[in-house]
Order: sequence, then C-alpha cells, then structure tokens
Amino acid sequence: MSMETLPKKSGLIPEGLVSRTLRQVQSGWRSIVIAVPFVWLFIFFLAPFFIVAKISLAELAIASPPFSKMIEWTDGTIMTIRVVFDNFAYIFDDPLYARTYINSLKISIISTVFCLIIGYPMAYGIVRSGPVAKRLLLFSIILPFWTSFLLRVYAWMGLLADQGTINGVLISLGIIDEPIRMLYTEFAVYIGIVYTYLPFMILPLYANMEKLDATLNEAAADLGSGPINTFFKITLPLTMPGIIAGSLLVFIPATGEYVIPDLLGGGNVQMIGRLLYNEFARNIDWPVACAVAIVLLMLLVLPMAIYQHYQGKASEGATGE
Amino acid sequence: MAELLTKLRHCYFFLSFPDMNERLAMLGENMATDQNATDRPWLNSDAEPLIRIRGVTKKFGEFTAVNNVDLDIYQGELFCLLGGSGCGKTTLLRMLAGFEVPTSGQILIDGNDMSDVPPYERPTNMMFQNYALFPHMTVEKNIAFGLQQDKLPKDEIEDRIHAILKLVELQDYKKRKPQQLSGGQRQRVALARALVKEPKLLLLDEPLGALDKKLREQTQFELANIQDQVGITFVVVTHDQEEAMTLSTRIAVMDQGEFIQIGSPTEIYEFPENRFVADFIGSANILEGQIIEHSADHVRVSTDIGELNVEHNQPVPKGSQVWIALRPEKIHLSAEAPNKPPPNQTKGIVDDIGYLGNSSIYKVRLESGRIIDITAPNQVRPKSRSHGITWEDTVYLTWDPSSVMLLNK
Repeated sequence: MSMETLPKKSGLIPEGLVSRTLRQVQSGWRSIVIAVPFVWLFIFFLAPFFIVAKISLAELAIASPPFSKMIEWTDGTIMTIRVVFDNFAYIFDDPLYARTYINSLKISIISTVFCLIIGYPMAYGIVRSGPVAKRLLLFSIILPFWTSFLLRVYAWMGLLADQGTINGVLISLGIIDEPIRMLYTEFAVYIGIVYTYLPFMILPLYANMEKLDATLNEAAADLGSGPINTFFKITLPLTMPGIIAGSLLVFIPATGEYVIPDLLGGGNVQMIGRLLYNEFARNIDWPVACAVAIVLLMLLVLPMAIYQHYQGKASEGATGE
Repeated sequence: MAELLTKLRHCYFFLSFPDMNERLAMLGENMATDQNATDRPWLNSDAEPLIRIRGVTKKFGEFTAVNNVDLDIYQGELFCLLGGSGCGKTTLLRMLAGFEVPTSGQILIDGNDMSDVPPYERPTNMMFQNYALFPHMTVEKNIAFGLQQDKLPKDEIEDRIHAILKLVELQDYKKRKPQQLSGGQRQRVALARALVKEPKLLLLDEPLGALDKKLREQTQFELANIQDQVGITFVVVTHDQEEAMTLSTRIAVMDQGEFIQIGSPTEIYEFPENRFVADFIGSANILEGQIIEHSADHVRVSTDIGELNVEHNQPVPKGSQVWIALRPEKIHLSAEAPNKPPPNQTKGIVDDIGYLGNSSIYKVRLESGRIIDITAPNQVRPKSRSHGITWEDTVYLTWDPSSVMLLNK
C-alpha cells in the first residue's frame, strides 16, 4: 500500500499526521535557527584560526601566498607533510618578542587596573543616582561609540601633541614654559587605552551592581560593620563577577591593541599588535606573523579559562551542593 | 514556675550570656515579689524604660512620615507597631536602628542619646523584611559576621553560633547558602543572625510577612517563645493584627504618623479608645448614638437599633453624641424571643450567612434597614443540612451591657 492511497481510503488526512509534520517542521526551524550562528562562528572564526595555525607552522617562501605548503605530493603517490617549528623557536629566541609580549601585558594590565579604579566608583555612582540621572549618565557612557574610534584617537593626538591643546593651555596660563612631551610616550598609550576601554569596564559593573540589594549594606551596618569593612566584605565580593567580566573585556582587546600604540605611542612603545603588523605588512613574513598571533592567543586564552572556571564555581555554589 | 526557670536556665546555658545568673536571679525575685511589675512594667511608675522616644518627627520633603510621637518601651517587652501601609511604623523602626535620622526629637536607648550614633555602633539589631541575608556566605558565616565585627575570640564565636543554631533548629544547615534554604529557614537564619549579637533591642520588620499562612501561625508562637527564652526586648512592625495580637505584650496602633492607641492586646481589642481602633482591630458594628440618661455605673444611649444600656464609669454629659461599637461575637443570636425585657436586644431577618466551618457570620437586617454582623461558633454539629438558623429567618439579638463599647467622638 502506497502512502498516496491512504488519505483517499480514509477520506481525510489523519490529524496526528498533520501535527507530527508540523512539529517536525518546527523542530527543523529550531535547529536551523540555532545552527546559523554556529555555522557563522565556524566559517569566520574557527576556520581562519586553523588557517593561521597552519601558516604558523610553514616556512617563508618567495611565492604567492608567501609561505611553503604543508602538504606536498611527489610523483602523485607520496605525501609529504611539513611542519616547521622554526617560527616559534625564532619568537622564543629573539628577546625582542618576549620583551614586546611582556610590555603588552604590562600595559594592558595597568590599563585594566586604571579602568577598574576609575570605572568602579562611576558604575556605583550611576546605580545610586535617581532614575532620570541614571538614564542620562548611562547614555553619556555609550555616547563616545557614536563617533569613529579612529577619529577619537586622532583627537587625542591633537590634545597631547607638543603644540597641542593641553600644552597650549598650560603655557598660556604660565604654568609651564616648555611643552611637556606627552604624545609618543607610554603615558599617551595609557591615556588612549583607558579612555577607549572605560565603557567596557563600566557597563558590566553597572549591570552587576544594579542587581545588588541595597538592604545588604544596611544589614551589614546593623551587625556592626563600618562602611569600609562593609565594602570589602559585602559589596566587593558580590560585585566580583562584574569586576572579572569588565576586566576581561578591557584586558583582552587592550593586549592586542594596534591603533592606539601606533598612533599615540609612535615608535617608542612596542606592543604586540604593532609587531604583528610589521611582520605581516612590512617584512611580509606571514609564518612569523601567524606564530606571533598564535602565541598571543594562548596568552589570552589562559585568563579566559580562569574566568570560566570561576564562573562555573560561582554558579555551582548558587544552584546546589 | 520552677519548670519555666529550669527551661530558661537551660537556654541561657547554651547561649552563655555573660550576665545570665544576675538576670535569672532578678527574674526569680521579681516573680516572687511583684508579679505585676515584671509582667507589665509600663504600669510601674518607678520602672526605667529601655527606650525613650521623645517628640520624634520624621519628614521626607513635604511628607510627614512620623509626627511628634512619644513612647517608652521597657526591658523584656515584645512591642508591636501596628498599622496600615504608609502609617510611619517602618520609619519609626528604621529610626531606632539608625537608618533614618529624626527631623526633630530624641531617641534614647538605655539612657544614651542615639542622635549621633551610626547604625553600626548602636546596641540594636534588626531582622529585615526581606531578611537581607548575605548571598555569598553560608548560614554559619552569615551568623558569624556580626560577631566578627565585635572582635570576639574564635572559640566564643563558634560556641555562640552553635547555641543559636540549636535555638532556631538549623544545626544541619550551617554549610548551606541562603539560596538553598526555604522561606521559613531563611527567616530563622535572619532571626539567628540578629539575635546572636545579644542586642539590647531587637527590631523586626514584618518578621512573618513572607511566610505562608500555616507557617506564619506556627512561627508566631515560636517567635514569642524565643523572645521569652532570651529575654531580649523586641520591637515588631506589622500590618497583620492577628500577628500583633498573638505576639505582643503591648501594641501601638499607628495611623498617619501618630499613635492612635497604645495598650495590651486585650486593652486594644476590648477597650478601644476611638472609632479608628475599634474598626481597625477585629471587626465591629459601629453605631451613632446620643446619651439620654447618665448614672453612676452606666449610661443609656439612643441609637437607630433602639435604646442601649452601656456599662460605663466615666462621666459623659447627657445629650452628647457618641459612637457605639459592638463586636460581632459578643451578640447572642437566637430564633426564640428572649424572656427578658429590653433594652439591649433587637430583632431582624437573616440576610446572609457566611459559613467558616468553626463559626458562621450572620448578616442580620433590622427593621431600620441596618445590617448587623454577628459571629457565632458552630458548637453543635447539625443533624441535617437544613438545621439551625437559615436565610430569611426572624432572629433575636441580645447582648450584655458590659459588651457595648462607648467610643470618643
């Protein structure tokens, strides 16, 4: 009996069949909706990562693209796989790379700390302000994103330059005689990074503090705890998820930052982003550039893994033993 | 009495109050000599109140939350601030805790002016309405927090936590986090956390508000028992009159930032001073009347349900207008005409019956059209469904002259 004859015989389509088909279509849609971002992530994140990893294990070659092939066929039957670790050995040998990595980490860690010191009281202030003021303040945190990032960095160049606005004002006020050198120093890079990434610190902190119950502070005070002790024993531990999220959002992109050290630091501040660009665009050494990128990725995955571990533990504690 | 003392001693042993022997000795003495003075210190003019509230006013902008109130609360009391939402009861409690500063007036605790004392230096502890347990700490650490602020030695902290967990029966839960507890357990942790510091004064903001009805009824008695055991003065804020009645030694009925009446549960219920209290506490049939006769121990009042004899020993001028209140349970309902002559009786037709199981509410329409509520216990199990007084029956209402409450107008 074929399927086609069934409806004819019964005279109508069985109801169960309709709903089952509908359900299948629905569940099909559901998996499609979920699959789209995964496919996207695979094509545009994971696949490039493997390509970069592959190139990092190749040799520089005068060819197009400028690196040796990983798999080569000789006589059509012999497959040769070439995995070259020279690039990594080179990075670890040359102290320039180690110094640049350390400098990048130093700059991004210090910037993160500054973002935290500035952003934490700001987020707290926003949470504690009235409903109208709160909306205004939050809006002003997001406002800088409405102008181009590059434009804002150029604006800082104008502010910090020897003949720039800040020096001009200080000289005309008679506070200084000679312009203070600010542009093309590490100081300028710190200014740029802290300025650019501050919203990424404030927003997660705000979201975290907003959920905080204000009566907990009262309860702590009631139990004999002064304001400072209450901050360290109650507020700080409870805002730790926000601190970690904000710090990662600042630390990770700041480490690989290219534009800010290039424009504000000039040649005086070596950060890994600039080094990577130089290897790739100036030296046209793709394998070394890729190796630099892979090492950077490993450096950044580590704090991520620590964060994940912490998050896992925190949610474990919240849901049950 | 001896039994109670043993119980107390037992409890004090576990809580290891430093002054336990003194307090017990004092308690025993007082019980032997002057029953009245320990039970009702507010009647004793020599007694020194623990808390003195003197002309305290609190304004939020234009709004006056608490309006020039005076109050004395004595050691060992379980004092209830009772009122509807926005009556100022919570504001008053928060001023005692130090979270709000009075706009004017003075609060003294144990003789010390609290004006410039921040919450963390006051001899008070509070149990918050939402409990405000620290979510990142276990039950044990929540309770230890207050003791650590006092820089107590580790051993003592441990002993005290052990004792207090035993008191609130949460020994098996000390490693749990607040999220892992039920509402009733959280409530007891909050109580334990506040009690363990052995404050002079424990403030409780709607302590049973978040619990369901059954648990609330059970916890009411537990709370009163615990208070009795530890001997700490409690000030409770509540909007639930039943809670206030079961818990308190005294109740202050509040409305619009002022005390309407302060008294024991019985005083508040049986001798309300005004219409607000009579109406707010329990239910009452409230009638308007005029004094037509006045003698030494009673007055005669003319109302729209007839003439009433009211036992009253205070002079009320003849002809003055008064409010009369009659509690529904104090009226006797009968299908047969009473064999006594009037006054203090009337008749009507049953308009509606609310069957509550243990008792029934009858709404009786009088000839004047007025509806009078009567509650009667269902003492006899009806033999058939149509037994007893039913709709449209003619019924007779009688009451005792002492049951009628005369209110100031």
